[in-house]
Amino acid sequence: MTGKLIQFINCKILRNHKFIKEDIWVRNGRIINPEKVFFDEKIQADTVIDCKGNIIAPGFIELQINGGFGYDFSFRDKTEEVTSPKEVYHRVLPKITRRKGDANGATILGVHVEGPFINKEKKGAHPPECIINYENGLSAIEDVYGSLENVKIITLAPEFENSAKVIRELTENKIVVSLGHSTANLAQGEAAVNNGATFITHLFNAMLPFHHRDPGLVGLLASDNILKGQTVYFGIIADGIHTHPAAQRIAYRVHPNGLILVTDAISALGLNEGKHKIGQMNVEIRDRKAYVAGTNTLCGSIATMIECVQLFMKATGCSPEYALEAASLHPAQVLGIEKTKGTLEYEADADFVMLTERFEIKSTWIAGECVYES
Amino acid sequence: MRLVILETSNSVAEWAAKYVMRRINNFKPGPDKYFVLGLPTGSTPYGMYQKLIEYYKAGKVSFKYVKTFNMDEYVNLPRDHPESYHYYMWNNFFKHIDIDPKNAHILDGNSDDLVAECENYEKRIVEAGGVELFIGGIGPDGHIAFNEPGSSLVSRTRVKTLAQDTLEANARFFGNDISKVPKQALTVGVGTVMDAKEVMILITGTHKAFALYKAIEEGVNHMWTVSAFQQHPHTLMICDEDATLELRVKTVKYFKDLSALHNKLVED
Repeated sequence: MTGKLIQFINCKILRNHKFIKEDIWVRNGRIINPEKVFFDEKIQADTVIDCKGNIIAPGFIELQINGGFGYDFSFRDKTEEVTSPKEVYHRVLPKITRRKGDANGATILGVHVEGPFINKEKKGAHPPECIINYENGLSAIEDVYGSLENVKIITLAPEFENSAKVIRELTENKIVVSLGHSTANLAQGEAAVNNGATFITHLFNAMLPFHHRDPGLVGLLASDNILKGQTVYFGIIADGIHTHPAAQRIAYRVHPNGLILVTDAISALGLNEGKHKIGQMNVEIRDRKAYVAGTNTLCGSIATMIECVQLFMKATGCSPEYALEAASLHPAQVLGIEKTKGTLEYEADADFVMLTERFEIKSTWIAGECVYES
Repeated sequence: MRLVILETSNSVAEWAAKYVMRRINNFKPGPDKYFVLGLPTGSTPYGMYQKLIEYYKAGKVSFKYVKTFNMDEYVNLPRDHPESYHYYMWNNFFKHIDIDPKNAHILDGNSDDLVAECENYEKRIVEAGGVELFIGGIGPDGHIAFNEPGSSLVSRTRVKTLAQDTLEANARFFGNDISKVPKQALTVGVGTVMDAKEVMILITGTHKAFALYKAIEEGVNHMWTVSAFQQHPHTLMICDEDATLELRVKTVKYFKDLSALHNKLVED
């Protein structure tokens, strides 16, 4: 019962899928039930923070980010990285340890590695020489990544032999298996899901296009061949470039419960037009799009999460409640941490964003502490 | 006894809230002088609480130096059950105002020793200096708090078994399953409320019309416990037009003629 009792007043909070006018009470970094404080402890808040009518939404959870503001996670000390030679993984992964967020940066829940078990035909910006096959199963993964300790999500292509076993082993190790950079057909996707895969990496990107006779991984959104009660989640890059608004609408209407907004942002996020470095490659920013330098291959987005939320709302006409949950609750669900993250329910971590009526970030809070103010 | 007849239940809510605000402000409460308020729950006072919250937010009234005592609470109903009176008071009033939680009292129906809980409640009221203004509603059968028909008119705070009528009326709040309705409640007694310096009773709607008639036009009767307040030196009944339907024309006319005088009670 120690710790300062903070009461946020005059706010509209996103709880249970809707905005309600309600105060938020925080103590020891968690959201608490003020009714218990009132009737059991009979004490008042130590600090009252006036939110001036702003919106409070659960803190965003990014499942796919490569870097930003000149930093690249594969190269500098700072959740996702692209396929790299194993020396890079061995050097970098131990440095991206799980950490609690503070004024110096966000909470790191783990690393999302895209590779190395991906399909060369759908490599995107990943260097082909770094892609290997499944022959040796999980031990190969461990060989590449060194330790799986910091890894939370692995993107893999499920169309190769041995993938079923690897997926099961990863799932047993509490690693989320995401399908992507793949030419898998629907049956292969369904088999992967039934073996434990729960996520699809940047839907529509780096996979076979939707075909009516075999809809491929996209077809997982409407599959009736997967275990009952199993939700397949999928990332959508809603920067307005990587996924056409009509494609966003299709995904949203077919399977709204699984939709997760991801930025797939690269180190050039927050930087100006021109040439930059991502992983092993040179990147060029032209017309607010990021290309592999000298080509027309998109290599990641440079939109921020709140921009993606705004763009997605505009593209699909969904409610702001939904768009904000697609950036918070849904990613927490795929990670299995929805009791503590991505929600403003009691006992959850007091991680949230304060937004204006027009959904612009006012401030960001981690464990009840303000870590950023615009 | 005063009977204030207003157009609608909304005007009853507003009038009552204004009166409470005025009483608190005129009392000039402070750290050494708390205003002690008795409070009801239910649909009738809901609008009054809404108005009081509005006045509080507008800075017109503060509850910093107010102590409250609620009338009643179910026995063995979890506090976070939407029908518990703790839940009602927290969500509809306390969480919106600046009352110190130490000063908000509600009977604990989950106490291990219900008899002791009731005795302590009486003691705490006395320690607070007695209730300055007790606000109540009434049931269609003329009960005040859970003092069901037949309750002693000198009763004190105690455990009360609810009448079959009350259980049936409450079943709609418990998924229409009468077996889920709590069968007992803790309630202040008629005598406890009679001890207050002033009593204000809110009555709205046609379904309360017969009870209002019994309360004011017939004699004091323990089968209509609210009639006891005919004998209180400062009773204020606030009702809407609908609730007067069973009253005599002369009663209504008499009190309506006094409306100018009554309205002075809530003027700024």
